Amino acid sequence: MAAITDIPVAKSPEPPTAIELKHRRQALRSSILRYGLLTIVGLIMIYPLIWLIGASFKTNAEMFSSAGFWPKEPTLSGYIEGWQTSTPYTFGKFFVNTLWIIIPKTIGTAISCTLVAYGFARFEFPGKKFLFATVIATLLLPNVVTRIPQYLLFRDIGWLDSFLPLWVPSALAGDAFFVFMVIQFLRAIPRDMEEAARVDGATTLQTLIYIVVPMLMPALISVCLFQFMWTMNDFLGPLIYISSVEKYPVSLALKLSIDTTEAFAWNQILAMSVLALAPSLIVFFMAQKYFIEGISSGGVKG
Amino acid sequence: MAELQLKGVEKTYGNGFKAVHGINLDVQEGEFMVLVGPSGCAKSTTLRMIAGLETITGGEIRIGENVVNDLVPGKRGIAMVFQNYALYPHMKVRRNLGFGLQLRGKPKDEIATATDEVSEILEIEKLLDRLPKQLSGGQAQRVAVGRALIKHPDVFLFDEPLSNLDAKLRAAMRVRITDLHKRLKAEGRPATVVYVTHDQVEAMTMGDRICVMKDGHIMQVADPVTLYERPANAFVAGFIGMPEMNLVPAVLTRGIGAQLTLDGQTVEAGDDLARRLYIQDGPVTLGIRPQHLGVVPAGSPNSLTGTVANIEFMGHEVNLHAKVGNAPFVAVVPSEQFDRNTQRGDRVGLTVSGSHAHVFDVSSGENVSLKGALN
Repeated sequence: MAAITDIPVAKSPEPPTAIELKHRRQALRSSILRYGLLTIVGLIMIYPLIWLIGASFKTNAEMFSSAGFWPKEPTLSGYIEGWQTSTPYTFGKFFVNTLWIIIPKTIGTAISCTLVAYGFARFEFPGKKFLFATVIATLLLPNVVTRIPQYLLFRDIGWLDSFLPLWVPSALAGDAFFVFMVIQFLRAIPRDMEEAARVDGATTLQTLIYIVVPMLMPALISVCLFQFMWTMNDFLGPLIYISSVEKYPVSLALKLSIDTTEAFAWNQILAMSVLALAPSLIVFFMAQKYFIEGISSGGVKG
Repeated sequence: MAELQLKGVEKTYGNGFKAVHGINLDVQEGEFMVLVGPSGCAKSTTLRMIAGLETITGGEIRIGENVVNDLVPGKRGIAMVFQNYALYPHMKVRRNLGFGLQLRGKPKDEIATATDEVSEILEIEKLLDRLPKQLSGGQAQRVAVGRALIKHPDVFLFDEPLSNLDAKLRAAMRVRITDLHKRLKAEGRPATVVYVTHDQVEAMTMGDRICVMKDGHIMQVADPVTLYERPANAFVAGFIGMPEMNLVPAVLTRGIGAQLTLDGQTVEAGDDLARRLYIQDGPVTLGIRPQHLGVVPAGSPNSLTGTVANIEFMGHEVNLHAKVGNAPFVAVVPSEQFDRNTQRGDRVGLTVSGSHAHVFDVSSGENVSLKGALN
């Protein structure tokens, strides 16, 4: 039988003394306690999610009759009917709509934030301090304050009921938080590599593309992930700007099922909620390694 | 390859701080010029101005025939090796080497040939497919040198390239770089080098000529021997040489020879020093290297009597610290000639070798004992 490698095995032939045995028992007991507690707390935290997944396979009748997550009569009807929706469109249409917002928004954010952050972090220009202060100030501004002026602005441009108001501002580095995040990351990267590239004959743009962007990758992946998840979850933005059902993204479409006159089909709502969660979860787990690296940035070796 | 000229180059920062005060420096074609000085003396700033990484606020920098003041670094015909290597972390060694050529739009096979040639010279063939993080310090530095070499620049710039290496590796790399410089010269493509360091051993062993800097001024430019034997001023005298030259206040009186008085004791420094002087009698700074101080029994004729303050046994020699009045002296004595019974607090005599002594002006620090000397 294989030995447990973590616990040091006495090499001496003598049997362990009573004190040694006592210490080992204590260590075992304390780790059982610790991990037991952690598991319980962890389960409490994640239980709503587990319940959500379980409940999406329940019938409407069973839903509120028990708190258990395991369906007694598992059924896919929630998924099938929920996907059909009560509108002329399937949920697939709403997913596609969401993608039409997310893709340009995420890519645009990554590109614009890199350009703006590179400018602020690496160049001296007149008014830099003032401009940077402005960027940070917008970070502190409550979103609510800008809603109405923004709405009026987009109305005058004629962008209402289109995806444009949802992604164009972000794609023009409108999210100060991301700009700030990339700037902080850039500041931690020594300039020598960029100077070496300049000596090697690279122009500013070449330096950015060949040297800075690869080094920024962890930060950019984090930016994209955040933007992806936040956009996926954004409810207020689409609610304000999108009025025709055929342009609804997933977040609004979920609400749609609640609005309809049918007595709330909770199993459909939950089933679609599970589907709506899926993309964020999948993307997060795929990029988890870089994401963590991005959050715990700063320690870039020279 | 080309010569490099700095004419009245100045650097004033935005906050009004003047870092470089109109320096003039000519580096000959194929010459190995070392810029040396204490930290904050603007040697790195000067190098970065030559590279084009810092703008200059006055004067002119010429590489070959061209004034390069307003050229971007990539167009100046220079290559630079950085202190922390600055290899591109996401590129393999091969691509790190070829990146400069790639930017110039050189065809792939040409880059490959050049990469092979350079990696052979620097013995980094086996490292070509590694990432910089998989290299040791010495290997990374060789790649950094290779990245400079591959471009056949007019001027090589080195910014304290060895200071991140351990002592042993540093000595090896020192030899490697000087060998490379000689080899290029022998192959008929001499490399003009400007090498910044704060380490006087590097400066003395590597440089054809050395430029000693202090606070944005050039103190002296000379070959290592001249710098050591005929320092132009007290700063250079104190900076070059280990242990530091003894610089102590004394009073000069000239009779037949030259007498130096300190702490009420007078020694005769001899004709040789007297002939070299161009200064009136009066207070001066006496400069004498620890190696040129003799240790004799206290009270010996023509010696200064002092008290032993400390004794450092270095192996082959002994550093004897002694005080004459308030003036501290260090003398270096070969171990076998040193009286092992000497103790702290003992009285000893110190003899000054007049032919090796220097006399500096008290206020300007200028060496006033170079008359008749060459240059």
